[in-house]
Amino acid sequence: MTNSQLHPLLRDATTLAWFILVGATAIGWWLGVASHNAQNGILFTTVGILISAFLKVWIVGFQFMELKHAPRWLRHGFDAWVVVMCAALVILCIR
Amino acid sequence: MMNSVVETKGEVVTSPQQKHIPGELGIWVFVAGDLMVFAAFFVVIALGHNGEQAEIFAQSRATLDMWVGVLNTFLLLTGSWFVAKGVEKCRSIHSHAASRYFSAGILCGLLFVANKSFEWGGKIIVGINPMTNDFFMYYFVFTGIHLLHVFVGLGVLLLVRNASRRQTIGRNDIRTIESGATFWHLVDLLWIVLFALFYLL
Repeated sequence: MTNSQLHPLLRDATTLAWFILVGATAIGWWLGVASHNAQNGILFTTVGILISAFLKVWIVGFQFMELKHAPRWLRHGFDAWVVVMCAALVILCIR
Repeated sequence: MMNSVVETKGEVVTSPQQKHIPGELGIWVFVAGDLMVFAAFFVVIALGHNGEQAEIFAQSRATLDMWVGVLNTFLLLTGSWFVAKGVEKCRSIHSHAASRYFSAGILCGLLFVANKSFEWGGKIIVGINPMTNDFFMYYFVFTGIHLLHVFVGLGVLLLVRNASRRQTIGRNDIRTIESGATFWHLVDLLWIVLFALFYLL
């Protein structure tokens, strides 16, 4: 699909980011409910909740905070915080 | 790399196509510091999640209303969208439309504060407070520090809204607007992780 075929709302990167953020929140909510009710598969829900949260964090930085236009050192510095933080929390929560 | 500028009533404003640090460098120093402080908070919560008090954490977490957290997340994400669109409007068609976006962002922040107040009130009224256990100590302290950020963010958005109402928006005004917006998005970003750690896990 080319860019011009997309719905006008989705052609706007900021609005597209909002849709993805709300969608990821819904997935996180579903995983949260599953995690609280389940006896098994908690590992899967825990990892899913943390990865979806840090995906949202990265989108907020990249699009809303305009890091996509920032110099490389700033953008990659933020990327590194997101990856390290997500990995650290996953390890601490599933150990 | 594109190198375009926008003329806004005689003053030159840098467009976002150019590689630049959004806002002032100072705001990014603050953002970096805050990310480090909250990184420590996140680790402390995660250590409790699987530590000796895992059972107490699970029981306490179950008493939180997940939908309240979801609603607050939705309010901050939507507030961030309004603020990001407001910044875009300030750069392109400078008009009072831009300040309306910031007003909508402020409204989202106020609704967040109202929802948080009801949530805390509901807990305190049934005798749950920071002294109840470690989970609620972390919950009240860390979401409280975040709430302070929301209050500061609301003040910052008022300044941003004033700057967006100027007759002419110059480079310094754009920098102020970008810096304020960056702080507001930081408030959103920190909440996303707190929401996952306190409500969803």
